[in-house]
Amino acid sequence: MAAKTINITLKIWRQKNSKAKGELKSYALENVSTDSSFLEMLDQLNEELLTKKEEPVAFDHDCREGICGSCSLYINGRAHGPETGTTTCQLHMRKFKDGENIYIEPWRSAAFPIIKDLIVDRSAFDRIQQVGGFISVNTSGKTMEANAIPIPKSDADKAFEAAACIGCGACVATCKNGSAMLFVGAKVSQYALLPQGKVEAKQRVQNMVRQMDEEGFGNCSNTGACEIECPKGISLENIARMNREFLFSAITSDK
Amino acid sequence: MSNSSILKSSIAKKYWMALTGLFLCTFLIGHLLGNLQLIFIDGEEGRRAFNEYAYFMTHNPAIKILSYLTYISILFHAVDGFILTVQNKKARPVNYAVNNPGPTSSTPARYMAVLGTLILVFIATHMANFWWKVKFSQEIPLHTYKIESKQEMNIPKGQSFYYTQVPSIQPIPKDTNTLEEKGTAIYYKNTNIKIADCYIDLHKVVMAFFGKSNPNGIFGVLFYVLSMLVLAFHLWHGFASAFQSLGVNHAKWTPIIKNLGKGFAIIVPLLFALIPILIYLNN
Ligand code: HEM
Ligand code: SF4
Ligand code: FES
Repeated sequence: MAAKTINITLKIWRQKNSKAKGELKSYALENVSTDSSFLEMLDQLNEELLTKKEEPVAFDHDCREGICGSCSLYINGRAHGPETGTTTCQLHMRKFKDGENIYIEPWRSAAFPIIKDLIVDRSAFDRIQQVGGFISVNTSGKTMEANAIPIPKSDADKAFEAAACIGCGACVATCKNGSAMLFVGAKVSQYALLPQGKVEAKQRVQNMVRQMDEEGFGNCSNTGACEIECPKGISLENIARMNREFLFSAITSDK
Repeated sequence: MSNSSILKSSIAKKYWMALTGLFLCTFLIGHLLGNLQLIFIDGEEGRRAFNEYAYFMTHNPAIKILSYLTYISILFHAVDGFILTVQNKKARPVNYAVNNPGPTSSTPARYMAVLGTLILVFIATHMANFWWKVKFSQEIPLHTYKIESKQEMNIPKGQSFYYTQVPSIQPIPKDTNTLEEKGTAIYYKNTNIKIADCYIDLHKVVMAFFGKSNPNGIFGVLFYVLSMLVLAFHLWHGFASAFQSLGVNHAKWTPIIKNLGKGFAIIVPLLFALIPILIYLNN
């Protein structure tokens, strides 16, 4: 079956570097296969730009199968585009109509400064992880048998669901407050639910929330947009759990 | 660290927002029940019931504590909301050229600060309309009422009385030669000798404010009804949101809380709005 092709107009945010003033630039792109992915469509555009000796559009990507969290585009006013439960790399051109204008912008958040064009600096997430997104286990060689500690199935499932977060930042991008609560809520929950993580739970939630605030992410207004846009279906339940963990630790910890 | 985190962190600010917001929701229930007397009890009985209630609300020590808690909650909620909103704007300094938040969040949720500011304007106006008059203005009439003269009591027909609060004191004939009104009390003229407490006739003030006999009444009614619509939208998101902020998110309870919140957001402002409408039609 011959693949259908469409012609589209792209309005893409172009910005030379973090200091430069950016602007939306218009590009006409013809013969885009509806079977191609959104990122393949951008590859096609970049090839055309290169043959014209123009600067290609910079955008983040790596796995292109929805697991690494690199891709990050705000497409037609939605994080990762019009679909829910998918990353940008999993979005296909069949979701767009012939002749459509497609607006492509970078994540917008004070804590995610633009590096170039559509690429933003998400190292704020790394710094949040560094202050608590781990458990301190001695890897001396005498590793404990993993199944020695019984864990209720429902807790294990919830921890696993929280651990599905790929750190893409769509939650921050879609939130009107640029809040990172869903990401941090997932990271806090992932450990707080499991016995190995409970050991450092009190300090973890305090440290991660403090780092999140210092990075300049906004507060949560419970609009719920993050939960809907999250490609991994991370639930608001994780934010509530973080809020409980936070209060409990603020009241009971010595510091 | 915890000492400051309990006040300053993003999560703690939301705890305070939720606690003050939910406290204000309970205030709304009390305030509504009291004010419904304005439309559900008729005539002299209603006037008496409402004025007695108003007196109780301004004089009972426990209620006084509650009312100060309410003022503090409103202030704290507004200031905290303001700080949150400023920080949230700073966290998203550049808007998207094209944004489509419709499919991902409800409109009231995105406009809580605007709705809250409108509520604050309403609260200020509402307090100027009634609370300020009762507390500071001398223009408020005292509640006097006519007793049907009964021969045995030798009371002249049509005589006005002060209706007094103290049970042992009989209604006092209104005699401006010997008595004088100061605040909520009646004194012997030119002395400090208090005879009795008596009510400020707030009922009359309310009726005159919203009644259609007042040429401006319709504007008052419109402003109050629109403000209740704003409150409804604030609560549409706010009620359930407060539980989430407090960490209550549960497979079984959250759907119930959400429905309860929507019911609350419709019923409470609707009943409040009925009060000025019915007063307008009946006065
Ligand atoms: C009777 C009056 C009011 C009631 C019952 C009420 C109730 C609530 C509730 C329950 C919430 C949810 C709290 C949460 O998300 O955790 C809320 C949020 C909010 N309220 Fe109010 N409120 C009232 C008046 C006001 C006023 C006067 C203002 C501001 C001037 C205001 C500003 C806000 C803001 C900005 C939020 C959202 C906070 C956020 O996005 O995180 N409210 N309100
Ligand atoms: S919570 Fe979801 S949207 Fe946010 S970073 Fe993780 S995967 Fe991305
Ligand atoms: S490129 Fe890895 S998730 Fe999209």
